[in-house]
Amino acid sequence: MAFLILSMAALVSSILVITRRNAVHAAIWLIVALLSVGGIYLILQAEFLFAVQIILYVGGIMVLFLFVLMLVNVDASVRQAPFNRQWPVGLGTAVLLLAEMAYGFWRGGAPLAAAAVSTVAPAAQGNTQAVGMALYQNYMLPVELASLLLLVAMVGAVIMAKKRLG
Amino acid sequence: MAATQEVARFLSDHSLVEATLKIVVVFAVLSGLVAYLVYLERKVLAFMQARLGPMRVGPWGILQPIADGLKLLLKEDLVPAGADRTVFLLAPVISVVAAFSVFAAIPYGPGGWTITNPNVGILLILGLSSLGIYGIILGGWSSNSHYPLIGSFRSAAQLVSYEVAAGLAIVSVLLIANSLSLVAIVQRQQQMGAWNVFLNPVAFVIYLIAGVAETNRNPFDLPEAESELTGGFHTEYSGFRFALYFMAEYTNMVLIASLAVVLFLGGWLRPFESVRWLSLLKYAPAAALVGAAVFVLWLGLKSRVRAERIFFAALAMGCVLLAAVVAMPAVLEAIQGVFWFTVKVMAILYAFIWYRATFPRYRFDQLMTVGWQRLIPLALSSLIVTAIMLVWTGQRLAPLLVANVLGGALTVLILSARQDSGRFRTIEGATR
Repeated sequence: MAFLILSMAALVSSILVITRRNAVHAAIWLIVALLSVGGIYLILQAEFLFAVQIILYVGGIMVLFLFVLMLVNVDASVRQAPFNRQWPVGLGTAVLLLAEMAYGFWRGGAPLAAAAVSTVAPAAQGNTQAVGMALYQNYMLPVELASLLLLVAMVGAVIMAKKRLG
Repeated sequence: MAATQEVARFLSDHSLVEATLKIVVVFAVLSGLVAYLVYLERKVLAFMQARLGPMRVGPWGILQPIADGLKLLLKEDLVPAGADRTVFLLAPVISVVAAFSVFAAIPYGPGGWTITNPNVGILLILGLSSLGIYGIILGGWSSNSHYPLIGSFRSAAQLVSYEVAAGLAIVSVLLIANSLSLVAIVQRQQQMGAWNVFLNPVAFVIYLIAGVAETNRNPFDLPEAESELTGGFHTEYSGFRFALYFMAEYTNMVLIASLAVVLFLGGWLRPFESVRWLSLLKYAPAAALVGAAVFVLWLGLKSRVRAERIFFAALAMGCVLLAAVVAMPAVLEAIQGVFWFTVKVMAILYAFIWYRATFPRYRFDQLMTVGWQRLIPLALSSLIVTAIMLVWTGQRLAPLLVANVLGGALTVLILSARQDSGRFRTIEGATR
């Protein structure tokens, strides 16, 4: 029941994100979508992921989104035609994604069903420790590479901003 | 029919009923506390500035918050022309819901004095309280007016910058406690026999400064600087929606104080629990009530109005009776934790009010310099020092304290030296 409500909320608000003309309204619906996905994490007893989803995406990234959107002249952007000239590309991507998911369901039906039935007993410590172990022991190299990439992006942004100033 | 069955099932589940009752109690107490925090602030500020503060409504103006609340309730709820109506009406609600819901995860005392104890408690609190920014940003934007927009820009920039420093300071506490649950953090401090403020004072100071900044209070109250912005993000709000913003702000203040108490000041723990001869402190709740009775009696004797003298005498009598009830061993034992928690929270709230009376407001570039170039490096160094000492010497008090203080002092020295050399010259340095 909770899953149905949350997934419906996520779907409806996602559709509203791409159909609203007003960019700030779209951002608000994106926040609702992110919160519903966070709720689904909570149902799956992944409370660490839920908390991180709220802190990072809702509390951090979306705030910066809104911050930038507020600087844009909303009245002008409402009157303009939405920027959707790439819709053949979008359609191609959507079809590809749909095909991929259909293939996944078709081939991986058995494991998916099995995973749904076997409910893993929640550990006493919760899954915070499990996430930490996975990130910093089993997959340490990918994590470090990804953080290096982010660092490079950050340094690049700072240098570009400085160039314009000086 | 189905509804009554639903109600019956709900009532038969004791944990649900208990949780609901607790939520109601916490909500009621918090609302009252917030209302009287405003009164306290006005009174304390008045005394610090050699004024009297509110004196008209009730003896010593004690009914002022109720009068103010009624006034705001009855005022017209204006929506400016050209405002984004839905967002405008929704924004203050977001702020106040985020501010209040956080208190479900705070441990007020041992055992049953908590509503819930999620094992990601601190993350949940940080996440929920960060939702409050939306109330400010959307409120400022939807007003469709200059001052609110500037105010909400300042507010968002400030919150985002200072959240980083506060988060880093909290992480070093989590390292010591080895848990994300607030109850476990307090219990850890009980086991160690020392509050975290004595293990990592640097993180405590950083958290407190960042906390003042996050609640938009002096000296960081640029988002609502009256002389520049007439009122900040809530300039266009009136009536009850303005009251909601006001409540959210003071509730956030209580939250920052409560978190500081839980994380750094031992939560519900009594001070000097390990010292035998100081176990007299156990009777502090009763002593405090007797003290309150004496104070109220003194106020009554000073008053010349007959009704006020009777009122104060009755109040003093009530305090003495309550003290007698509290002095009973069973009651004393039960309220011990929550009493010390409240005392510590009130002490920090008083300090916040004190700051407001003491410090002048920062300039915006100074605000950013303090946040990004002072607090964040300091918090990072404190985090690194704590991590190294925990691995090297284990959870021993003296090495951790000494290393943290030395590390903090060294970082401050390095930071100030760099500032002087002009290599990292800021706007502040350029205009000087």
